[in-house]
Amino acid sequence: MKNKRDLILSAILLIVLFGASWFANSELDSYIRRIVNLCLIYAIIGLSMNVTNGFAGQFSLGQAGFMAIGAYTVGIFTVPVELRANVFYAVPMNPFIADIQMPVWLALIVGGLLAALVAFLIGTPVLRLRGDYLAIATLGFSEIIRICITNASSFTNGALGIKDIPPLNDVRYIFVVTAITFVFIAALINSSYGRAFKAIREDEIAAEAMGINLYKHKCLAFMISAFFAGIGGGLYGTLLGTVDPKNFLFTLTYNFLLIIVLGGMGSITGSMLGAIIVTAGLEYLRIFDEPLKLFGTMIPLFRPGFRMVMFSALLMACVLFWRHGIMGTREITWSKLIAFCKNPIGFFKRKGAAQ
Amino acid sequence: MEFFQGFLNMSGASFAQHMVNGVSLGSLYALIAIGYTMVYGILLMINFAHGDIVMMACYFAYFGITIFHVPWYFTFIGVIVATALLGAIIERMAYRPLRDAPKNSVLISAIGASFLLENLANYLFSGRPMSFPDIPLFSQNIAIGSIKIQAISMVIPVVTIISLLVLLHIVNHTKTGMAMRAVSKDYEIARVMGINIDNVISMTFIIGSALAAIGAIMWGIRYPGITPYLGVMPGLKCFIAAVIGGIGNIKGAVLGGFILGLGEILIVAFFPDLSGYRDAFAFIVLIIILFYRPTGILGERTTEKV
Repeated sequence: MKNKRDLILSAILLIVLFGASWFANSELDSYIRRIVNLCLIYAIIGLSMNVTNGFAGQFSLGQAGFMAIGAYTVGIFTVPVELRANVFYAVPMNPFIADIQMPVWLALIVGGLLAALVAFLIGTPVLRLRGDYLAIATLGFSEIIRICITNASSFTNGALGIKDIPPLNDVRYIFVVTAITFVFIAALINSSYGRAFKAIREDEIAAEAMGINLYKHKCLAFMISAFFAGIGGGLYGTLLGTVDPKNFLFTLTYNFLLIIVLGGMGSITGSMLGAIIVTAGLEYLRIFDEPLKLFGTMIPLFRPGFRMVMFSALLMACVLFWRHGIMGTREITWSKLIAFCKNPIGFFKRKGAAQ
Repeated sequence: MEFFQGFLNMSGASFAQHMVNGVSLGSLYALIAIGYTMVYGILLMINFAHGDIVMMACYFAYFGITIFHVPWYFTFIGVIVATALLGAIIERMAYRPLRDAPKNSVLISAIGASFLLENLANYLFSGRPMSFPDIPLFSQNIAIGSIKIQAISMVIPVVTIISLLVLLHIVNHTKTGMAMRAVSKDYEIARVMGINIDNVISMTFIIGSALAAIGAIMWGIRYPGITPYLGVMPGLKCFIAAVIGGIGNIKGAVLGGFILGLGEILIVAFFPDLSGYRDAFAFIVLIIILFYRPTGILGERTTEKV
């Protein structure tokens, strides 16, 4: 009964949001559309990172590398064949791939699958590690991926990057991908796999004793995470219109780290909220990068770089004072929303009493 | 065959040259790795900000000599003191509030501290690369036979060995060192026995950061470009060096540093085709070590308790 209601409500919400994205696409100017798109893309990658870090409890920092794989796949295969000689002017493109052109959706899927494949290869040695070691090893691999991309000039054009990727600043398209990601990950988390992930997060040894195959599940989480990070990276590439290795420094991963920490590690609705807040916030904070004149005097604090200082201070403050983020491991569900709408004050009181 | 050309064409003189470079790079790694290993030994956490402490020390030296024209020997003392203080402040602000928090939170806080330092440096000192002040005494070339060596390449290993001896004396023969060893052996029991944990941890950060400052000064003389992201790669590599040697073990960190430094230089020397992958070398070694001997070369073997 409840399930059916939730399903219908979710479907309605998706349709409404799709309508909204249609509206946004036709009415908003390109700058705002870009921010909305960035929010959605960051949400995809935040969700993907939450699968490993939040649900399976494996602290991985490889997202930037997987994004790079996705972005480069899209970049390589969607640049029109006739423009390629122009893009690859330093080192000619490898003849194997020089004539292959794909539509964006196919390139996205190929990129995601490639990222998942790399995750599988990396996962075999890396997922035996825990905690800090895993973090540094995945960070290392994301750098290795970047270094390989920089050096494989005939495929990736090396440090020059790939230009002339057909731009995709279409809110509808990216919204649909985000919605699919969200629905897939929500279904995954509520399946037996999701429960196994959470069991591993809570206690690996107990989970193993209950018959959960640790390696299989960790690897699965890692691959799914990489798959969606690859897709998100591909969309990121098309949004930027150019990819180069410098875009995928491991500091990029910190954006998503902030998203999942702020939203709550282990909460998919939290990741969505986090993505919106962080992306919109980062854009809003741009005023800090511009010189500010207040009452005729220049405020010396405001100059380029201040935005990122604020951003990293926010990450620090978040983890120091607000460790569970907005949602913690809770979710926004329809039952909770309905309860909240019926009795907004009582809703929080009841929750307070329960804690 | 072409791949091995570098290997086959190597002459004795250039091999000696590469060895000197490798040893000096290894010594730098060793100095910085000690900071990682000490912190890990006591707090069981990676101090991600350690590499950025190195970067800050370079900027301190730049400001002391180039901007304020303080003689280099006074500047270097000032840099060591300031950097040690910075390390203690970071510990106080970013790590102490999370002493009883889950490990992941501490890890995120460490990443945040590192990211904050980078962005702060980028904001305060601008992202433009600056050049480390030139000190002719260290940067002059000395010719030995047919090989030419920068003076600093000879100074680095000597300073590293002296620092290591002083450190080992502190750790093994003073009361502070004894307290440190006690805390790293068993945190709770040490607290029960009346050791002031917070002081010991601060002391660890101070010593580690001071060594990082010494490393940073020599790093700056050897590789004079200073940027806000200068500390990132050395930081990661030095952590890897600490893991290779066995984390928590000071001699292990030095050993790991030398292995990594020498390996990196020699691989590029023998196989010039691989020079683009130089930074990947350390990570590959890390994976291999973690796969076959997760406790490192000199680390104690421990079993995981439930």
